[in-house]
Amino acid sequence: MLTLRNVWVEYGDKVVLERISLDIAKGSFVSIIGPSGAGKSSLLRLILGQEQPTRGRISLDGALLPEECGPDRGVVFQRYSVFPHLTVLGNVLLGLEFGASPFTARLFGSARRAARAEAEAMLEQVGLADSAQLYPAQMSGGMQQRLAIAQALIKRPRILLLDEPFGALDPGIRADMHTLITRLWREHGLTIIMVTHDIKEAFSLGTRVLTLDKRRHDPHAPHRYGAGVVYDLELTRKQAVSDETEAAEMAAGIAAAGITIDTVGNN
Amino acid sequence: MRWVTAQPQRSRGLMLGVLPLLVLALAYIIAAAARHAENPADKILPLPGAMAAAMAGLVFEPDPLSGQYLFWADTLASLWRLGAGLGIATLSALVVGLVLGTLPPVRSTLGPLVTAIAVVPPIALLPILFIVFGLGETAKVALIVVGVAPFMIRDVAGHIGALPREQVIKALTLGANSWGVMLRVALPQAMPRLIEALRLSLGPAWVFLISAEAIAADVGLGYRIFLVRRYLAMDVILPYVVWIALLAVVMDFALTQASRRLFGWAHAGAH
Repeated sequence: MLTLRNVWVEYGDKVVLERISLDIAKGSFVSIIGPSGAGKSSLLRLILGQEQPTRGRISLDGALLPEECGPDRGVVFQRYSVFPHLTVLGNVLLGLEFGASPFTARLFGSARRAARAEAEAMLEQVGLADSAQLYPAQMSGGMQQRLAIAQALIKRPRILLLDEPFGALDPGIRADMHTLITRLWREHGLTIIMVTHDIKEAFSLGTRVLTLDKRRHDPHAPHRYGAGVVYDLELTRKQAVSDETEAAEMAAGIAAAGITIDTVGNN
Repeated sequence: MRWVTAQPQRSRGLMLGVLPLLVLALAYIIAAAARHAENPADKILPLPGAMAAAMAGLVFEPDPLSGQYLFWADTLASLWRLGAGLGIATLSALVVGLVLGTLPPVRSTLGPLVTAIAVVPPIALLPILFIVFGLGETAKVALIVVGVAPFMIRDVAGHIGALPREQVIKALTLGANSWGVMLRVALPQAMPRLIEALRLSLGPAWVFLISAEAIAADVGLGYRIFLVRRYLAMDVILPYVVWIALLAVVMDFALTQASRRLFGWAHAGAH
């Protein structure tokens, strides 16, 4: 569905990504891991449309990706994904309002009631039905991320991009969020691309794990070589708990193979 | 208990706050009484009774020349000028600040101009305003606008410009256009900051108002103070100063309350 062909990203003479060629299938859950500065977030921003590739082409279903962000690609960031001045319900409604009325960006009357029902149904799915009138500042980090996911999903995006979505959460909450995102992925038939620092998370959630790192290293000019995809692992989708341990073993294997993955947040 | 962590209760905090004001009033009365003991005709530190008598004439009795109740006419004229000046400044801060803060090309184009205007001392422009607008109301209102609007514009634009980039990207992925981002993301988040900027501009606005009235006016709180100064009429000047302070406090309080009531989300972490 999403195709990257020989994509390069350069900032001035610093090469961040080089020779990225990928085909991402509809319905897959792709995890992207790699050390800090390997361009994981740059790759995500490319697909999001926030940045343009220096070379190469990115196409969605054969059509070249427009050079801006749009409603066909949803996103959840690690922080600042929700709007502090809107209630939970208002945050989810916002996407419907933007879409329906380009001039006032608001809905009235029966259109608003219909949108409200849709938004409430979405909140139900992420477990925030009882918090519809709260403001984000009154909620925990986990609840805010649930809201951010609901807010993105209401637009029915072709691709959902997650930029370290669970990186700032407690381990217990994180496990809940893993269950939630897996369920939503199955129920909605989503295509998800997730950047993460957590190798275990990458393997337990993803159907495919990409590892970004520099293939070559020039000690005199380290910035002249960019990162590429050094590992591209297809995982057959695991159904039960036993596969979680299998995933953990694979993660341990890849870590032992000498790839350094930092666990400290870098952005 | 250390001083840095000692948190007085609400009622006690209020009492503590009133205490210095009472001490100040008491010190004044003692000093005034001492001066009057030496010279009963002293005009520099009038006793409260003399102030009340002088003010009663201005508050309750019409001026024989114009037929106006001078105190109320002064208050009304000054508040009108202040309100008009601050209103125009606030509106322009909202519109210009919003456009400047949200649209980087506009910021690049107009940002330096706003900065250049902001660094000119407004009082230095007063003669120009008098020449251009004449000695009427327009020049006084214009001085307030020129004085406070650039600060407010920069404050609001800076606040909007500092909103997390993620919010704009997120809005775009929700189907917004630039107008939608301004209307539903930037504008609501600018409002509490705008009220804060207005609150902080009250002080300078009063300075510009009194200055303009002192130089050329025929009515107004500042005009009255500078007029009666010629007669050393401290019994009018002091109550007028207290009245101005009172008006400023009430405005400040009203703005704080309005912001809390209208934009509760922005104060959620404050209590």
